[in-house]
Order: sequence, then structure tokens, then C-alpha cells
Amino acid sequence: MILAQQLILGLLVGGLYGLAAAGLSLTFGVLRVLNVSHGELLMLGGYGTFWLFTLWQIDPFVSLLAVAPAMFVLGMVLYWALFQFVVKAHEETRIKNSLLIGFGLTLVLHALAIRLWTADERAVTTAYAGAVLRLGGLAVPWLRLSSLVFAFAILTALHLFLAKARWGRAIRATAEDWEAAALMGIPVGKTYLLAFALGTALAGIAGGLVSISYSISPSIGMEWTLKALIVIVLAGLGSLFGSFAGGIILGLAEAMSVVFLGGPYREVVGLILFLIVLVVRPQGLFGARG
Amino acid sequence: MLEIKNLQVAYGPLLALHRVDLIIRPGEMVAIVGPNGAGKSTLLKTISGVLAPRAGVIRWDDETISAASPQRIVEHGIALVPEGRRLFAAMTVRDNLELGAFTQRAQKEKRAQLDRVYALFPRLFERQGQLAGSLSGGEQQMLALGRALMALPRLLLLDEPSLGLAPKVVESILAILAELHRDGMSLLIVEQNVHAVLALVERAYILESGKIVGEGDGKTLLADDHIQAAYLGPLARGAV
Repeated sequence: MILAQQLILGLLVGGLYGLAAAGLSLTFGVLRVLNVSHGELLMLGGYGTFWLFTLWQIDPFVSLLAVAPAMFVLGMVLYWALFQFVVKAHEETRIKNSLLIGFGLTLVLHALAIRLWTADERAVTTAYAGAVLRLGGLAVPWLRLSSLVFAFAILTALHLFLAKARWGRAIRATAEDWEAAALMGIPVGKTYLLAFALGTALAGIAGGLVSISYSISPSIGMEWTLKALIVIVLAGLGSLFGSFAGGIILGLAEAMSVVFLGGPYREVVGLILFLIVLVVRPQGLFGARG
Repeated sequence: MLEIKNLQVAYGPLLALHRVDLIIRPGEMVAIVGPNGAGKSTLLKTISGVLAPRAGVIRWDDETISAASPQRIVEHGIALVPEGRRLFAAMTVRDNLELGAFTQRAQKEKRAQLDRVYALFPRLFERQGQLAGSLSGGEQQMLALGRALMALPRLLLLDEPSLGLAPKVVESILAILAELHRDGMSLLIVEQNVHAVLALVERAYILESGKIVGEGDGKTLLADDHIQAAYLGPLARGAV
């Protein structure tokens, strides 16, 4: 019974891992730039939702409609101000410089968040926060369930955009072969900008959902970047639903470790999975070889 | 009309093209032949904007395009079928073709042009839902060619269109190039299969070590002693 309950909670948090990873995977897959400040962007989205709720009592699911576009714009600004200079570099310099810029941004955003919102843990506590769906003896928190559904809906929308829309296809083409994409007349710089902004918006949405179902503080960024990285390695690049499934696998694995090994091992199990996948199947569970 | 004057291209300190002069008149079909590493691919990449020249001028219909981005150059009606095809392997045949029509100009004509490309390559129509990476080599070359045609080019650049293909497939690809030429398109072909391409084109340039060392009409070059010895010897002819 305890195991089943933990697995349900693991499944629910796993959806958010998946959403966080999808954003990171999009920027990594398209720009070949690892944005280690992804978790801090997620944190910002969380505070955005928190702010709208405490200042104006806007329902968090509604405020995501404002947070997501605001984060999209922030992503455009960050790309324009910082990352566009990195993507012009060659492969190896690109990764190195993106790490430097990402870590710098991490520090700045972390300090900024402490300044604006103090180091205290915050959470959006709505009137319906405690509502629980009972299934036999199991309790499923409604909020977390809604967050999971919301995350899945967002990924489905993004998937459709990438599969069908003109610019969505341009993003996929650029991810596969940017030089060939340029030969098609695709403005590669613009697709980079768009992919980065979308990745940032996804981080913001994930952050909003975290602030609703869990809690946020200025220091959660690194933890979420790490979760997203583990999920990307687990799932492989290139598939949004792969990221989502990978997130859920990580959530379930963590839940099992809590039951069988005890709470402190929760963070360890992800890293162990990470190592096993790297050794056994380096392209990830759902990634294509090569 | 494409006019190249005094073109120099370098990879870092290494000069890949020195002083290349070349001209393609409207509707002309021209080949560039030469040994490996002579700079043929470099030349095509520079025309299509992927590489920037160090010196010299490329003019297209009296507009200088030597500093333009690949996007601008496709928009101007010059499309490249790159060496190795460079398809989007994880996307469908249909998606690849539609991406070929990404420019504003080509978007408007997309439906009609797709029909034309399918008429030219019925095989692509049959396989339109299949992933590009799952096609045979010949089909992939057809797709690469069809994708470039989707951009509505007036000048088509082809880099080794017959590389790695069976002789039958090469024949049908070359037949299609001849058909495009008859319909008024300008073509610039880089090809290892010197014999076949010289028989096809009106004019050809010989590029060696980054320099144009000869020029003439296809038939004359076919009979030329130097060409015979360098590219059309018994060994070269066997190595299609």
C-alpha cells in the first residue's frame, strides 16, 4: 500500500520532470548548447506564478497563460543578449562557452531571486490545494494530477507544432542538419531564437506547476537542471514524449528508492540510473542510435 | 546569368580557390570537372552562400550576391543539391519536400510545385509518408533533387549527383537533369562521372588545385588528350 501510494506520487512528480526535461532537450537538440541555467528559468516561472497569485489572487492555472508568454519573451532576450554569440562558435567551443554563460546566468538569477523574494520557501496555496481524489485506500492529490495532465497537454501541443507547423518543421530540420536547413532558405538564427524561447517558456510553465503542487525557493534551480539532465540522458534526445516518459520513469524510480532504501537515497537513485544508461545504452532509452 | 570574377575562398590560412572566373548564361548547362580536392564543392558552397569568399565577386542578374546569406540566395532562385544529399533523415519524404519550399517565393507555389515534383519522380509520391532515411540511395538522390526543385530555382547547383548510385539510377537522374535543362533551367554540375556529364552539358570548366585550367564545350573536352589521360582513361571510365 505504501509502495502504491509512493508510486502514484512518483508518477505525478515525474510528469513535471518530463516537462522540465523537454524544454532543456529542445534547446540542447536544436542549438547544441547546454543551458545549465534551465532550472533557474524554471524557478523564475514559479515565482511569476507565485507573484500573480499573492499580489492579484490570480488562479495559478490561469496565470500560466501570462507566465508562459512572459518567459517566452525572456527567452528571446536571453538568446539575443547571450546565447546567439555562442551558437556561432564551433562544436567544442560552443559547449564550453554555453556552460560558462549558463553558470553565470545561474548565479545572477539565483541572487536576483533572493533579492526579490528572499530565500524562504514559497508555494501557491489555493483554496482547493488540499483536495484529494480517493482511489480505494490511495490518495491522489487533485492539484498534482491536474499538473500532470496540464504538462501532458502542453507537450502534446508542442509536439503538434513541431510536427505540422511551418516553423515547427524548420526547428526540426535545423536540429537535424543546420547547414542543409540554411540551404532550404530557413533562417537558422531565427529557428535558434524560437527554439530557445520555447525552451524557456516550457521551463516557466514547469516552474509554475512546481509552485502550485510543491514549493519553490531561490535554490531549487540546480536540482531541477540536474533532474532534467538525468531525464535527457535516460530518454535520449529528439522526442518530447520520450522526455515525458523518461521523467515518469525517474519519478517512479525515486518513489521506489524512498520505500526500499529510505528518503535520503531519493537523489542518489537518479544519478545511478544516469550512469547505468550511459554505460548500457548511451543514446538513451528512446533515442535513435548515432 | 551567373558571373563569377576573381573568386578566392580560404579555409583559415589554406586557399581552396584562387582566382576563379566562371560564367553561366541563362538556360545553360555547365559542368565542372576535376580531381578530388580541386575545390569543386567549395565553389558550389560559396555560390550558395554557405561559405563566404575571401575576395572576388559573384553576380547574379546584375546583383552582387557574394556576401549574401544562404537564405537570400535561395530566395533569389539558386538552389544547391549538396554532396551526400543531406536529407532530413528523421522526417518524411513529404516533409523534406515541403521544407524545400520554405522561402516566401516558393511558399506561394508550394502545392503546384509539389505536384510537378511528384510527376517528375512518381517514386517519391509513392513513398511520401516514409522517412527519408529509409529510402534507397537512388530514391534519396531523387528526393534531394526534388527538394531543391521545390525552391523554384532558376539555377540549380548539383554536387556529385551520381555518387554511389547504380549506373541505371545515374542514367535516370541525368535524364531528368536534361529534361530540366530543356525546360529552360540553368544547371551547374560537379561530377566525378566525367564521361557521362561531358556528353550531357554544353560547356565545362576544368578545375585543378583551386584554379580553372581549361574550358570548352562538352564534346570538345571529351576528345581532348589531357582530359582523356586525366579523367577518361580506362581506369577512370571503370570507376563510376
